[in-house]
Amino acid sequence: MRRIDGAIAFRGGGFAPRARAWAAAGTLIGLVALWQALEMAQLVPTLFLPAPLAIGRTLWALTVSGELWKHLSASLLRLAVGWTVGTVFGIAVGLAVGLWSALRSPVMAVVAALFPIPKIALVPLFIIWFGIGEGSKIATIGFGVFFPTVIATAGGVDGVPRGLIRMGQGFGLPTWKIVRSIVLPGALPAILTGFRVTSSIAIVLLVAAEMIGAERGIGAFILAAGNLYDMDALLAGIVVLSVLGLAVAWAIGVAERVLLRWR
Amino acid sequence: MSAAQGPPLSSGMSGGQGLRLTLRGIGHAYRGLQVLQDIDLTVAPGEVLALVGPSGCGKSTLLGIMGGLIAPAAGVVEAHGAVADDCLNPITYVFQDFALLPWRSVRDNVALPLEPHLPRAARRARVDEVLALTGLDAFAEAWPRELSGGMRQRVGIARALAVRPACLLMDEPLSALDAQTRTLLLEEFAGLIARAGTTTVYVTHTLSEAVRIGHEVAVMSRRPGRVRALLRIDRPIEGRRATDPDLLAMEARIWAMIRDDAATAERERVDAAD
Repeated sequence: MRRIDGAIAFRGGGFAPRARAWAAAGTLIGLVALWQALEMAQLVPTLFLPAPLAIGRTLWALTVSGELWKHLSASLLRLAVGWTVGTVFGIAVGLAVGLWSALRSPVMAVVAALFPIPKIALVPLFIIWFGIGEGSKIATIGFGVFFPTVIATAGGVDGVPRGLIRMGQGFGLPTWKIVRSIVLPGALPAILTGFRVTSSIAIVLLVAAEMIGAERGIGAFILAAGNLYDMDALLAGIVVLSVLGLAVAWAIGVAERVLLRWR
Repeated sequence: MSAAQGPPLSSGMSGGQGLRLTLRGIGHAYRGLQVLQDIDLTVAPGEVLALVGPSGCGKSTLLGIMGGLIAPAAGVVEAHGAVADDCLNPITYVFQDFALLPWRSVRDNVALPLEPHLPRAARRARVDEVLALTGLDAFAEAWPRELSGGMRQRVGIARALAVRPACLLMDEPLSALDAQTRTLLLEEFAGLIARAGTTTVYVTHTLSEAVRIGHEVAVMSRRPGRVRALLRIDRPIEGRRATDPDLLAMEARIWAMIRDDAATAERERVDAAD
C-alpha cells in the first residue's frame, strides 16, 4: 500500500513539433556566417573551399555581366517545360490508374519497372530519340517527373473517401463531374506533396542533362567551371541551384496554403 | 394518406404526388453472407416509411439498393409516378456521415448537384432558397469543418432539397449527432419532409425517431434481414410530439419485437456490409 499526496504533475507535453520560419532562416544564415568566420580565421584554406564573400563577389560579377542570366534563363525554360510535361502526363495517367481497373495493374507494373531506373543513365538514349538539343533535356526531366507524379496521383485518388464518390453517384452526377469536382480536389493534397518531390528531382536531372551536350544552362556552367578548377564559379553555380530549390519549395508552400485553405 | 400540412414550400418542391416505390423479392448477399432476403415493400407517394431493425440487419444496404447504389443479388426496385419538371435528381440521398466536400463552402456544397443542370444565376437562387429553408443563410460561406455536426447535416438536407427530389432516402441522418441535436433536427426534418410531401424512406435504429417521422414503420429482423412487421401510424407527422402516448406505446411494441434480435446481433461479428 502506498499513499499519494500532492498536485497532479502535467505529463501531456511533447510530440507536437511546430514550424518556426525564423529558426529556418537563422540556421542557414548562421551556417554561412560560420563558414565565412572559419575562412577569415584561416582555419580553412581558400583553395580548399572558397569563402562565402568570394562566392558572392563572383556571383555579383556574373549577374552584372549578364552571364548568369544567360545560363539561368535556359535552365528555367527547360525546367518549366520538362516539369510541366511530366506533371500533366503524370496526373492524367495517375488519375486513370486510380479510376479504372483495366489500366491499374498494367500501368502500375510498367511504372514499377521504369521508376527505379536512374533517368541520368538514359540521357544518351534520349539524345538519340529526341536530339542533342532541348528535346533530350526536356525528356529527361519529363520522364523523371512523370513516374513519381503517377504514383502520388494514384495514391491520392485511392485516398478520396469512398463515401464522397457515392454521394456524387447518388446525386446522379456524370463521371466527368465526379472526377472534376470530387476525385481531383480530393487527390490534390497528395498531388501537391508529390510536387515537392518532383520539383527536386527536376532540378537534379536538369543539371545532369545540361552536363551532356549543352552550351548554356547552370549545369553546363558548373561543368565548365569544374573543368577549369574555378572553385568560386563552381560554387556560385551551386548557390544558384540551392536558391532555385528554395524558391520552388516556397512557391509550392504558397500554392498549398492557397489551394488547401479549407484544411 | 399523407395530407401535406401547411403551405407547400415552393412551386417545385411540393412534389405531393411524389413517387411510389415498390420493392419485389429483394435479396442480397455479401461475401457469402445472406444480408437481405425476400423483401417486399411499398412506399406510397408522399409517405414516410421508417425502416428500423437491429444493427447489421441490412437496413442501409436496402436503402443503397433502393437508390441504385448497390446492385441487389435478387429482386427489383421500381419507382412509378410523376416527377416535377424542375426535379434534377428524382431519388436523392441524405447520408449518415453528411458526405460534404471539405474543400467547398456550404454554398458550393449545396450547389454541387445543380452544377451540371443549371446556369449560375438559377443555381444561386435555388441555393439561397434551401439555405434559408434550413436556417443556413448566415453560414453560406463557411467551410464544413467550421460547422457543428447538426449544421453539417442541415447542409446535407439543404443539398438534397435543392434538387427538388421526388423521393428522399435518408440513411440514419441523425446517428452521428449528439442526443440534443438529434431531437432538434428530427423536429426540423419532420416539418420539412411533411411540408414538401416527398416520398421518403428513413433508416434509423432509434425507435423514437421512427415513430415520430414515419407514416409506416417497417421492422426488420436480424440477418438475414426480412420485414418482420409493418406498422401504420395514421396521424399527420406535423402534429406529433415525441411524448405522445400512442407513439410511446408503438415504440415499446417495436422494442418488444426486436429486443431479442438486437441482443443476438450485438454479439455477432460485424463483418457484413451495412
